[in-house]
Order: sequence, then structure tokens, then C-alpha cells
Amino acid sequence: MKIHEYQAKEIFSRYGIPVPTGEAAFEVDKAVDIAGRLIKETGSETVVVKAQIHAGGRGKGGGVKVVKGVAAAKEAASNILGMNLVTHQTGPEGKKVGRLLVEQGMDIARELYMGFVVDREKRKICLMASTEGGMEIEVVAAKTPEKILKAWFDPAIGLLPFQAREIAFGLKLEGKQVGKAVKVMSSLAKMVTAEDASLVEINPLVVTGDGDVIALDGKVTFDDNASFRQKRHLDLRDESEEDPIEAEAEALGFSYVGMDGDIGCCVNGAGLAMATMDIIKHEGGEPANFLDVGGGADAETVQKAFKIILSDDRVKSIFVNIFGGILRCDVLAEGVVGAAKEMGIEVPLIVRLEGTNVEIGRDILAKSGLKIHSAADMGEGARMAVELAKA
Amino acid sequence: MTILVNKDTKVLIQGITGGAGAFHTRQMLDAGTNIVAGVTPGKGGQKFDDKIPVFNTVSEAMEATGASASVLFVPAAFAADSVKETVAAGMDLAICITEGIPTVDMVGVRAYMENKNTLLIGPNCPGLIAPPVNQKLGITPHSVTKPGKIGVISRSGTLTYEAIGQLTALGLGQSTCIGIGGDPVGGMDFVDLLALFEEDPDTDATIMIGEIGGTAEEQAAAFIRENIKKPVAAFIAGATAPPGKRMGHAGAIIAGGKGTAAEKIAALKDAGVAVSPTPAAMGTTLASLLK
Repeated sequence: MKIHEYQAKEIFSRYGIPVPTGEAAFEVDKAVDIAGRLIKETGSETVVVKAQIHAGGRGKGGGVKVVKGVAAAKEAASNILGMNLVTHQTGPEGKKVGRLLVEQGMDIARELYMGFVVDREKRKICLMASTEGGMEIEVVAAKTPEKILKAWFDPAIGLLPFQAREIAFGLKLEGKQVGKAVKVMSSLAKMVTAEDASLVEINPLVVTGDGDVIALDGKVTFDDNASFRQKRHLDLRDESEEDPIEAEAEALGFSYVGMDGDIGCCVNGAGLAMATMDIIKHEGGEPANFLDVGGGADAETVQKAFKIILSDDRVKSIFVNIFGGILRCDVLAEGVVGAAKEMGIEVPLIVRLEGTNVEIGRDILAKSGLKIHSAADMGEGARMAVELAKA
Repeated sequence: MTILVNKDTKVLIQGITGGAGAFHTRQMLDAGTNIVAGVTPGKGGQKFDDKIPVFNTVSEAMEATGASASVLFVPAAFAADSVKETVAAGMDLAICITEGIPTVDMVGVRAYMENKNTLLIGPNCPGLIAPPVNQKLGITPHSVTKPGKIGVISRSGTLTYEAIGQLTALGLGQSTCIGIGGDPVGGMDFVDLLALFEEDPDTDATIMIGEIGGTAEEQAAAFIRENIKKPVAAFIAGATAPPGKRMGHAGAIIAGGKGTAAEKIAALKDAGVAVSPTPAAMGTTLASLLK
């Protein structure tokens, strides 16, 4: 689950990581109030108005403005709030800005990069840092990989002080900056583990003219597998950032990702669900969705999943591709029949069933009275789904 | 004749009294698996289905029954701790079926496993099935398998079944089939298992099934080029997956332009692996290597 920058910074603050003084605003008036208060408190006219969306590249897209004075802050807030912000991460359709972060301006001496990810190869948490702050880290990694410093740690032991010092000196920090950066790294490492973050990025982490080390930006993604023990993260969820169908699917316990095509897919298992999309494409069709009903699905869940496909009016044929293992074919068949009876089914339904309790499953479908095109294997099923979608 | 298990391997089931654990224990018994014990903390002294003794701890179960391999059906919140218990008890093999374990917990498990002897398969996997010795340690439907000489390694459960089904339909039996799981951090990977199949005199060829996300397939390709003489076929799922989206499996995500199917397919082809063009041609692709 992704969260907004202002939410990430609230968490940083809780862990003692310095962030600029600021506050979130959902309306222009509130943004103006915050700007006025910041100018009074800091004695500086400079404030920053930042669009809050779950995508990077906001500055280049015109979603971040550094301004002087309350009037200019009001103008910036009015322009940004409600705008359709297009960045390289939003896609061409962009995202509507519904939230702002208003912050004090900072006196920036240096811009660094800092990030934490799970290193899948080393099976440890990896701290990455670079002197090239403000740039996309993927670009730095591709062009100048030697400029990325790394340290690995095991969550039970934590990031050791010497590791953080090595990184700090590697970033060419000096004097009191070193201790401040070490504290930031240690606190972030604790936060990553305690909050079950799968990704934390601060780009840039700035060194101010006074030698303070401050998180000017913040990007945090939480591990969805840990949501059972991170209940308070649920409050950070911004549903306007989510695809409503994907969110509904998640709440019901299965995985759905919308695609652009017209062939609905209902599959068990993530690998087979991906492969089903692949083979539809191979046969000249376009999948309308990725759908993994999951191994532990009961008939009710399958029914709800199938209803999501039926309610997609772009769908011209539906391919049910099941290789029962944990999910039994009879359970799947009951769910499909239940959904089809409840909603009616107007488009061709192609079913390929194999695996646990396959005979019972086929029997349920045969007795249901539904018009079903049976496929002997997934290749035949995909061909039929593509042909019948075109018919 | 098989890898990781043989006909005498004694199997323990952790979480044997839970819904999934109980259902699949019965399925495994039907397949002929040599299950000697179960573990559910607090239910020690009971008998599962009136025949399999249940213990409170793994070490008790091992001592009493001589079990050397464990299959875990423990809920995600407790699974990492249970794997560590299995490792601490000195079990040879732990197979963790559980889906949804927090990644940080698995990083902790890997750290705990350092310098210890237990091999881990999974989590978030269908486990292992070895048709020649009638041992099924997991959830793969045994009805589609057939004893033989092909090794199967896969990151996906249902694609493992699919591959096995295709091989069986072509008359190609399997020596051992292992689902290594779909999580970002887990146990044995393609490289570890390719090495075991290479040494196994009764495995003639291997099929590996990968998917988008991570670099395990690229590592496998590099390893195959240097170390593997037996034929290898492959399929990579997710060529149509959009970047940045988690495709069901926690580990199946194209991040920062890395982990695409195209990169993995290119690396494998470069290493001389026969890559199946579609998921329906996995069996025939492997069969073409045996002529």
C-alpha cells in the first residue's frame, strides 16, 4: 500500500527523522492559513506548496511550487488543488490533485538520496544512498552505479552504527552532519522494520546551510502481507488513489488488475492467471483483466469475483481457466454457476477445468443449464475465447 | 531417483489440525506420503484421524517419530516462527505452503537459517511431489503426475500443475516437482534445485517456470550456462503484465523497469535454454529436447 508524502513525513517525525515544518491541506483556505502560520513561525517568506498524489515526478509536472508570501501561496494552492497532474509515473491520463502539503522553505546546501528496499538476491534489507539527490535513482543506477552506496542488514540485528558511518563518510558529509545523518539512517532502519515498509525513499535528503540533515521528500510503501499487524496504516489509505474494482477485489480476498482488452479471465493462481493473459495475447486477443481467485477461495468468493467480470461491459467473452489444487473444481463451479444465475450471462463462456475434484466440478457445470464451451486444455480455451470475442 | 526426499522420508505436518492442514494431510496420505506426525501447539497427545500422533513442538515430534521433513500449513502471522522452530530442531527439509508471510519476517528467517542445515522450500508454494516414490509434501494434485525422469521447478503453484499435466499427457513422467514459491524472499531457488537435478542420475531434463519480478531467472541462466549439461526448458509468465503492478504474487512485480519477462526470456535463450512460446507448449518444448 502506498501513502502520501505528508503521511510519510508524519511517520518520519514519530521516529525522530527531521522534516520541514508543514501541514496537509484539502482546501485552498486551509493552505493559506498554514502558509501564514509558517511565515510567522519561521520568519521566512518562502513556503512550498506540493501536490499530494501517489506518483513521482510531481515537480516536473507543475505540482510543486516554491513561493514567497501568503498571496503567492494562495495562488499556487488554487492552481495545484484540483489540477490534473501528469507525470511520467501517472501515465498520460494523469491524476487529479485532491490534497496539498504546505511546508516551510529550506536553505538547501546539498541534495542526497536515501532509500530502503528488500534486496531479493541477498535476502536482506538494503540501505541505498547517493550523492546524486534529486535525480531518479534508476537513472543513477544505470549511468553511474558507482555513485550508489549500499549497506545490508538483518532486521533482528538492525543497521549497525558503523555501517551508517561508512555511508555518511561515503556521502562526503563533514563534522556534525555525520552524526545527524547516522541518526537519520538508524531511525529509518528501525522504522522500515517496525512499520513493515517494503520501500522507503527520501529524494532528496537535504543538507541545509546550517548543516542540518532533513527529509525534504518522503515515499513509503507498506508490505500488504503485514496489514494484519499494522492496523493503524488503514487510516492512511486514500481510496481516491485506488482503482475501485481492484480495491473491492482486495477486500474480498482475491487479486484483480484491470487491463485494456475484451476477454474476461477467471483463473486460480497468480502464475496461471498471468500465463492466461499471455496466451490470450499470443492467440491474437487482448485480456480485459488479471484475476486470481486465490487458493483458499470458497464458492461465495468465486461468485463475487465472477460478478466483477460480468459487470465489465467491455467483456465480449469469458475464459475460466482452472487447475484445481487448493481450490477445488467443485467450489469453483458452484461459484461460477451462482454468479451466472444471479446476473445472467450474455457473452460466451469458455471453461477449462483440471485438477482436484474435476469430475464433480464438470458435473455441476453440466447440470447448471448454462451454455458452456468446454476446452480440453488452456491453448484450446484461449483460441476459443479469442474467436468467440470477435464473433 | 528423486531429489530432497526418498521413499523412506518420514514426514511431519505443522498445523495438521487446521482447515487447510487437515484437508491436505488426507490428500497427502491418499498419495502415499509417509506422514508420521503432526504438530499443533496445545494439541499434543491427540491423534489426527485416529492414527497420526500430534505433538506440541517440532523437537518432540522428531524425537518420537524420526521425522526428517516438515510441511507447514501454519497461518501467516505465525509461520516465520514455525519455520525457525523447524530449523532449530534440525529438520533436514522444511516446506512452507503458507501464503502472505510479511517479507521482513522471511528476511529474519533467512538470517536465522545461516550456518544451519535445514533446507527451505517456499513459502507461498505448492511444495514438492516425487511421483517415483509416492511422496507428496504439499498440495500438488497427485492425480496429474506420473513417475518418470523429468524435473520440474516453478515459482507458481498452478503453473506447476499445468506443466506436470502437459508432461504427463505426453507420456513424460516426473522425478521430482518443486514449487519454490511466489514471494520476494524465500528458500531454495532455481540455481539450488538445478544443481540437485544435474547430480540426480534419474533426472534426464528439467523444466523451470519463472515469472516477472526479481532476477532469479537471470541468475539461473548464468548458472545453466556454466554448470548444467542436461537439457533445460523454461516458460516465463507475465509478458503481458503492466509495470508497477503486483500480479497476485507478492514477488511478481516489474519494478523500475527491471524484472520483465522479455529480459528473463532473453537471458535464458542466451544460455541455451529452450523457452516455451506459450504456457500451453511447456510440455512439447521440453519433449523436443529429448529427441
